[in-house]
Amino acid sequence: MGSNRSMSSISREDVAHLARLARLAVTDEELDRFAGQLDQVLSAVARVGEAAVADVPPMSHAVPLTNVTRPDEVTPCLSRDAVLAGAPAAEDGRFRVPRILGEEE
Amino acid sequence: MRSRAMSDVQLTTKDVAELSRLLTAGDVSAVDVTRAHLDRIAAEDGGLGSYLHVDPDAALASAAAVDQARSAGAELGPLAGVPVALKDLVVTEGVPTTSGSKILEGWRPPYSATIASRLADAGTVLLGKTNMDEFAMGSSTENSAYQVTRNPWDPSRIPGGSSGGSSAAVAGHLAPWAIGTDTGGSIRQPAAVTGLVGHKPTYGAVSRYGLIAFSSSLDQAGPMARTVLDAALMHEVIAGYDPRDSTSIDAPVAPLAAVARTGAEGDLRGVKVGVVRELGGEGHTDGYEPGVLARTREAIERLAALGADVVEVSCPSFDLALPAYYLIAPSEASSNLARYEGMRFGLRVGDDGSHDLDEVMALTREQGFGPEVKRRIILGTYALSSGYYEAYYGQAQKVRTLITRDFTAAFDGVDVLVSPTTPSVAFPLGARVDDPLAMYAADLCTLPASLAGLPAISVPSGLSDGLPVGLQIMAPALADDRCYRVAAALEAVQDAARGHRLLDELPSAAGVRA
Repeated sequence: MGSNRSMSSISREDVAHLARLARLAVTDEELDRFAGQLDQVLSAVARVGEAAVADVPPMSHAVPLTNVTRPDEVTPCLSRDAVLAGAPAAEDGRFRVPRILGEEE
Repeated sequence: MRSRAMSDVQLTTKDVAELSRLLTAGDVSAVDVTRAHLDRIAAEDGGLGSYLHVDPDAALASAAAVDQARSAGAELGPLAGVPVALKDLVVTEGVPTTSGSKILEGWRPPYSATIASRLADAGTVLLGKTNMDEFAMGSSTENSAYQVTRNPWDPSRIPGGSSGGSSAAVAGHLAPWAIGTDTGGSIRQPAAVTGLVGHKPTYGAVSRYGLIAFSSSLDQAGPMARTVLDAALMHEVIAGYDPRDSTSIDAPVAPLAAVARTGAEGDLRGVKVGVVRELGGEGHTDGYEPGVLARTREAIERLAALGADVVEVSCPSFDLALPAYYLIAPSEASSNLARYEGMRFGLRVGDDGSHDLDEVMALTREQGFGPEVKRRIILGTYALSSGYYEAYYGQAQKVRTLITRDFTAAFDGVDVLVSPTTPSVAFPLGARVDDPLAMYAADLCTLPASLAGLPAISVPSGLSDGLPVGLQIMAPALADDRCYRVAAALEAVQDAARGHRLLDELPSAAGVRA
């Protein structure tokens, strides 16, 4: 991503790069549209930078719970068939997925 | 079983408290009540578009089971036989669940959300699943991948969002009540613009197990109903500790229906109400419609007349709630929505032998997600990427702390905070669909309580140009009862003043067919 641009600016190339990272095969038309819209949104949200928060701790969650545990006991779970019934493709009791490694790998 | 003592129209106009009384007394059967709603759905929903999925046979079968149990003398809960609608992100075993997205079209989940199970255990009858903005991203329900939903008050306008199918169904009398979910306002804003009561519970009060995730640190399910009492009745059913949700709070649920009933007596002496200056107060009225501000002022005057001690409070960080939210929510969404990769459930595109795994994932997500979902995934990916994380996501998390501190300081001096629920009445369909920032502005008043995880209710405060306006009442964490108390008092005094309920002014349902 270009580091020479101002913080709150997002280019068509940036959007293409981000879409690749997020596994979205966006079209050229979408790239044009999203770049303009996201640039507008980013300018608006960049206002968080105005807050004086040097000594303020970040808040990730409203409920201050940590390390929630449960007894390590075997409990019933969904059956294999029930889970595979929702799969786009299944074979031999497993999820069937496309080729993962290239032929030369 | 008795003959049908009441017409379908009469049964669909009853609120839940009344239906419960009639069902328990044996004056009507669950089948009658269910059929009345199914008939109305069949007649009206072609125009309204509130439901994505209705299974009349299944609904009538569960209603018949309730009637059978009741006539066999079984001890049934007070809500047994009352129909309910669920927003389509509530996972329901064997019942299509799409979250408004094409990527989940045709998926029938192998399990049920905790709240769906609790409603079923209470004997309620599932009418169907309601339309919504895709993955709950939106304020108008126009981001649904399936259909437009119209506002029963004016079919040319939005029903709010993202729980717009639920709001339209309940306001249009196609369900007596419904489940909504609220991440940044998605229960409260649609309730406000359709004249309903909608409550976002304290974060962690209602289980998120089986709710399709958007932004996990913000998502909460809650009731959408025609009265404060009905909302409280639903809240009592769905709330409570659930070991399947690690953020579930292990605390008892207050007797909210009792609080709503007492609240309706209208005595607010000793209650301190803070009016948030930054949400429509002096110097902060940009973007607020005059009619909304006028109804808000009148509602606050009524609270004062009921004995509440009203003061203005300042929460300066609320000005940054919108930018903080639109960094945090998309960031969490970009992570949550990574699960839609076309391998384990839902849509898969391009698996024809010519594409490898990565390409199939990218093609699936490209075809399965709509534009707003893609925009938010891209924005979230950006805000979380190395080099930008601190400036955007990190900074937004610190602003979240500031907002929470503003609430804490305010609640040192007052019991509840009030504001308009949303800055405008329902806007026309299409008006903001190509302008994300204008759409996001609908959440201006609801975002602070979301970010702080606090309970907040929207209750009708009247009409502006014939369209409903809502008052938001916010309370400290786990003090949801205060929202119900004040809302019930306001509702009762307004109903008494006008001599009928606000929803009685709903234009003829025939308009919905337009």
